[in-house]
Amino acid sequence: MSVYQKNELEEDETSRTLSLIVDNQPGTLARVIGLFSGRGYNIESLNVTEIDKIRNLSRISLVTRGTSMTIEQIKSQLLRIIPVHIVRDLTLEGPFIKSELALVKLVVKGANRVEALRIAETFRARTLDVTLSSFVFELTGKPSKLDAFINLMRSLGDTEVSRTGVSAISRGDKTETKLLDQI
Amino acid sequence: MTSNYMTGAEAVIKALVDNGVEVIFGYPGGAVLPLYDALFENKKIKHILVRHEQAAVHAAEGYARSTGKVGCVLVTSGPGATNAITGLTDALMDSVPVICLSGQVPTHLIGTDAFQEADTVGISRPCTKHNYLVKNADKLCEIIHKSFEIASSGRPGPVLIDLPKDIQLTNVKYINKTQKIKKHNHYYSNVDEDLINKVAKLLLQSERPIIYAGGGVVNSGPKASKLLTELVNLLDCPVTLTLMGLGCVPNTNKNFLGMLGMHGTYEANLAMHNCDVMLNVGARFDDRVTGRLNAFAPNSKKVHIDVDKSSINKVVSVDYGIVGDCKEILSVLVQEVKKLHNQKVLKSKTTWWSKINKWKEKDSLGFKQIGNNIKPQQAIKSLYEKTKKFDTYITTEVGQHQMWAAQYFGFSKPNHWMTSGGLGTMGYGLPSSVGVQIAHPKSLVIDISGEASFLMNMQELSTIVQYKLPIKIFILNNEWMGMVRQWQELNHGSRYSESYTSSLPDFVKLAESFGINGLRVDNINNLEATIDEMININGPVIADIRVEKEENCFPMIPSGAAHNEMILSSDDNVKDTSNEGLALV
Repeated sequence: MSVYQKNELEEDETSRTLSLIVDNQPGTLARVIGLFSGRGYNIESLNVTEIDKIRNLSRISLVTRGTSMTIEQIKSQLLRIIPVHIVRDLTLEGPFIKSELALVKLVVKGANRVEALRIAETFRARTLDVTLSSFVFELTGKPSKLDAFINLMRSLGDTEVSRTGVSAISRGDKTETKLLDQI
Repeated sequence: MTSNYMTGAEAVIKALVDNGVEVIFGYPGGAVLPLYDALFENKKIKHILVRHEQAAVHAAEGYARSTGKVGCVLVTSGPGATNAITGLTDALMDSVPVICLSGQVPTHLIGTDAFQEADTVGISRPCTKHNYLVKNADKLCEIIHKSFEIASSGRPGPVLIDLPKDIQLTNVKYINKTQKIKKHNHYYSNVDEDLINKVAKLLLQSERPIIYAGGGVVNSGPKASKLLTELVNLLDCPVTLTLMGLGCVPNTNKNFLGMLGMHGTYEANLAMHNCDVMLNVGARFDDRVTGRLNAFAPNSKKVHIDVDKSSINKVVSVDYGIVGDCKEILSVLVQEVKKLHNQKVLKSKTTWWSKINKWKEKDSLGFKQIGNNIKPQQAIKSLYEKTKKFDTYITTEVGQHQMWAAQYFGFSKPNHWMTSGGLGTMGYGLPSSVGVQIAHPKSLVIDISGEASFLMNMQELSTIVQYKLPIKIFILNNEWMGMVRQWQELNHGSRYSESYTSSLPDFVKLAESFGINGLRVDNINNLEATIDEMININGPVIADIRVEKEENCFPMIPSGAAHNEMILSSDDNVKDTSNEGLALV
C-alpha cells in the first residue's frame, strides 16, 4: 500500500454503468478517453453514437470499475469536460437494461455446421451470412450471454468477433427530455 | 452594415478588445502573420514581445494572478504552440485564467505534416481547461467570447484557441459578445444555508478548530480574503495557508500560523495534526500539504469549500463538502457565525492556543546567521524588511529559494505572490515578473530566483530591457540545484549526481551585457546596503546574492512522513526515509 494511497475504507471495486450525453463534435470522445487513461481509471466497455441530430448530441455508454470514492471522482471529473452535459450513474439510479450486439464469424465444415446452427438457434442468434465453409451470426443481449455464445463458437472453429460494447438505458417511464432541453 | 465584416484576424483582435484585453504576450511566426497584421493597426491592445513562447504563458499568468483578469497569449503554429505547453500545464495546475491563441496551418493542409504543423489541440487537450480548433469562420467570434467565459468562470484555467491561417484571412461577420453567455452547467455555487449553518455550529462548538486556506480564496477575489480574515477573527481560531494561498490572510494577523505542508511551520502542521475541526477553504489537499494521508489530521471532522466539485473527496474524504465560489460561501458562513456568536456558543480556545503557543516556541523557522557568509534565510528576511513599505509583488522560480521566500517573506495582501505551485516549473518567475510589472508599472516587482532556475528562462532579460521594466532579479546563488542537492543529501547518501550548476555566468557582466545594473554581494555586512541599492536603482537589476552553499531548507516533512513527524534541522534524529517515501517526489 502506498503511503499516499487514498484514505478510504477498504471497499471492493464494483462495476458501474455510466450514461453520458455529450456534444457530437470532434475531440469529445478523445477528452473522455483521455480522462480515463490520464487519471488511471478503467474502461471495461464503451459505446458511442449520435442520438439527437438537431441538437447534435451523442450518448456515451460506459462501463467502468472502482470503489465508490473513485466512481464519484470519475463522475465529477467527467462533468468538468466542457462538451459533457449529463453524466448519469445508471447502476446507482435503479433498475436498468444493458444490451450489446455481437457479430460472430465462424469458419466451419462438416458435422459442426449443424451444431453451430443448433447453438445459434438456442441463443436466438440470427444468421446474416452463409457460405459453404462459414457463418456470420448476429446476437444481442447481456454481455455474459454474448461471452457464452462466443466461447461455444470458438470451440467449433476459427472465429472472428466484432462487438458494439454495452448500450444501456434505465427501466420505467423516466426520460431525459427535460435535462436535454436545458442544454 | 458593411462595417461588421472584417478578416478573421481582425475579428479575433476585436473580440479580444471586447473581452477587456489590454495586453497580449506573444511571439510572431508564419501561421499568425495575419493576426500580427491586425495587431499592427490596433491601438487598444499592447503587444509584449517575449523571447520564448513558454515565457509568454508565464507572463500572462503573472499578469492574471496579480490583477484577477484573464491573461492573453499569442503564439504561432508548431514549435510556437509546443513551447507554450509547459506554461499551459502550469496555468492548469494552478488554476490561472489564460487565453492562448495559436496559429495553425490552413485547414486544407491540416493532417499533411505541413511545415510547422502540430496537432495542437491534441497535444494541449490534457493541459488546458478546454481548447478549440476553429474550422468554421462563422463560429470564430462565438468561440472567442465563450473561451473567456470558460477561462474565468468556476475554477479558472487556460483555454487554447487554434486558428488556421485561412480562417484568419477569411471575411467574417463580427458577432458581439452577448450579454449572457450560457454558463457551463457544472460551475455552480451551492449555497445550501442549512449545510452552512451546520458547519458554522461545528466551527463554533469545536475546541480545536483550524482553518486551512489556499489559492481558491485568491482566485475568488479580494472580497473572499477579507471574509476569510473576518471569519478567522470571529472564531479566534488558528489559520494556516498553502503556498498558493499566501496573502489571503495578512501575515501580521495574530492567528496566522504561517504556511503548512512539507516546508511549513511546526505550529501549522502540528495544529493541523491535532485539530478536531478543519475548515478547508479553496485548497485541494495537495500531497505537499497533507504528507502521509493515512495519518493526516486523524481525529478531525473536515469541511471542504471548493468551486470544483471534483476536488472534494478526491484524496481526502471529508464530512461536509460545499461546492461553490469561496466568497459566496464565506459570506453566508460569516453571517451564520455572527448570528450564532450572539448566542454565546463559542467554545473557549484557551487550551488550544496554549498548545499552539508551545509549538511556536520551537521557533521552527529559526536559523543562526553566524560568520560572514550570507544565510539564504537572512537574505529573504532582509529583503522583506527593506521592501515592506512598498507595494511589492514577488514572483519566484522553483526550489529552495521558493520555499525560503514563502517562509520568510510576509504577504499582507492577496495577488502579490506569484509562484509555480502545482507544476513546480523552474523558470516561471522571471517571465511571470514581466507580466506583473506590465500590469503594475509603478510597483516594486521582485523575482526571487535561484541561479539554476534563472538560467531556464533568462532570455527574458531581453524582454525586460526592451520594455524598460524595472524588475529586480534577486538570485540566491548557491551554485547548486539546491532542492535536488538537499534530497540527494537526505535520501541518497549525499551522492550529488548532476546537481552542481557549473559554468555559471558572471551575473554582473551578464546584466551589463544587456545594459542593466548588476550587483553582487557575498558578505553579510554588505547585504542590506546591496538590497537598498537594488531597490533604489531606477531600472532592472540582477542582484547576485552569494549565499551559504549547502544550506538546507527546514523545517521539513520528509517524503512519506506525516505532519507530526517533521524534522526541524539537519541535527534532528532523522529516520531513514521509508521505501515508499523514496518513491515519492
